[in-house]
Amino acid sequence: MIPASFDYVRASSVQEAISLLVAYGDDVKLLAGGHSLLPLMKLRLATPSVLVDLGPLSELSYVRDGGDHLAIGALTRHRDLEVSELLRDQVPVLAHVAAQVGDPQVRHRGTIGGSLAHADPASDLPAVILALGGALVAMGPDGERTIEATQFWQGFLETALRPDEVLTEVRVPKGVASQAGFGGRRHSEAGSGGRGWSFQKLNRRAQDWATVGVVAVSNGYTAVSLINMASTPVRATAVEEALAGGATAAEAAALASDGLNPPDDLNASSGFRRHLATVLVRRALEEVAS
Amino acid sequence: MTVNGNTTGHEVEPRLLLVYYLREVLGLTGTNVGCDTSSCGACTVLLDGESVKSCTVLAAQADGAEVTTIEGLASADGTMDPVQRAFRENHGLQCGYCTPGMVMAVVSLLAEVPHPTEAEVRQGLKGNLCRCTGYHNIVRSVLAAAAASDARAGVAAGQ
Repeated sequence: MIPASFDYVRASSVQEAISLLVAYGDDVKLLAGGHSLLPLMKLRLATPSVLVDLGPLSELSYVRDGGDHLAIGALTRHRDLEVSELLRDQVPVLAHVAAQVGDPQVRHRGTIGGSLAHADPASDLPAVILALGGALVAMGPDGERTIEATQFWQGFLETALRPDEVLTEVRVPKGVASQAGFGGRRHSEAGSGGRGWSFQKLNRRAQDWATVGVVAVSNGYTAVSLINMASTPVRATAVEEALAGGATAAEAAALASDGLNPPDDLNASSGFRRHLATVLVRRALEEVAS
Repeated sequence: MTVNGNTTGHEVEPRLLLVYYLREVLGLTGTNVGCDTSSCGACTVLLDGESVKSCTVLAAQADGAEVTTIEGLASADGTMDPVQRAFRENHGLQCGYCTPGMVMAVVSLLAEVPHPTEAEVRQGLKGNLCRCTGYHNIVRSVLAAAAASDARAGVAAGQ
């Protein structure tokens, strides 16, 4: 499968990338690791006339201590998240989930910014950032702004980013759910979290997207987010409120799909997804508390 | 870019995928195209030392990078890489179609995890499909390659 023709430009700075976005308008796409965009282009589901390659911008690849938060450059690859000592120490859930994305080849190319901006509700990383109460930094012609994770995903493959903005950084609060070490679980399957956090993913084949996935983190308040249960990653608000009100894990988990209309597709019916959400949320809550 | 140690340079269409650059422009047909949808791993090559699926990388993105294909693994005198040798000795292939990608994925995996457990090998190869369902011997080959490199390191340390 061959993508439709396009022009290729390598950006030498974020500023240049923004200028190119302004110049080309609707017909341009930013290319990071390319592991969401290139498959779409090969299927001709996306046919941009211009690709602006951000790949060479190594200054956007980092995990830094920002005081009360960790700052992660948008071009940091999943593999870099997986092995970042700072992340494994401070926000182990994110390092753990990054190690469960796709397969090693995908993790050598895919970036956190690319995954978050692509906004696939079946992706793992957006749900982690949502559960952690993270924030995203976008740079545009008029400077920088910060977007709360709760405001970022607006629809299927749709974000709060403006057409002339570049996602440059992701911020996650430090110390949330870092009670448990990351351990030697780099290659282990879903479900092996530890006290304070849990990641549950059910998929049929090893490298598939989640049929349904759950991220739960707790440092007093327990936040729960769901993967592939709506057109965006979502917080399981009913579950969170029930827990805050003293419900047991099983009681709260029963509310997992409250108010949601999960997708109905080849991998699972909507009803099966509701059932999975209940089971996986219960497992996640039990693991968080264990 | 540098491919198997040789510097190459061509004007290519932006949409040319790395795998087609390797196969059709450079004539390095050891890298196979399998599913062409980033699922099967047959097209796996090393990009700056790490495994990638070359059907999901533009040739232009690899500009300036160092690419290693299956043709670049053996030494100039034809001595096979330990991973290649382990696949041969442990019957790690049947039809052989997935093998070049499998071997490159293993080289990358062992660079990151030199002493993998069987579970780590299986996790590390989840991006590579074998339609002959020869996984058992493939996993055995990887463990043998890891052990062989330990043995060599031991010999070197003893000298």
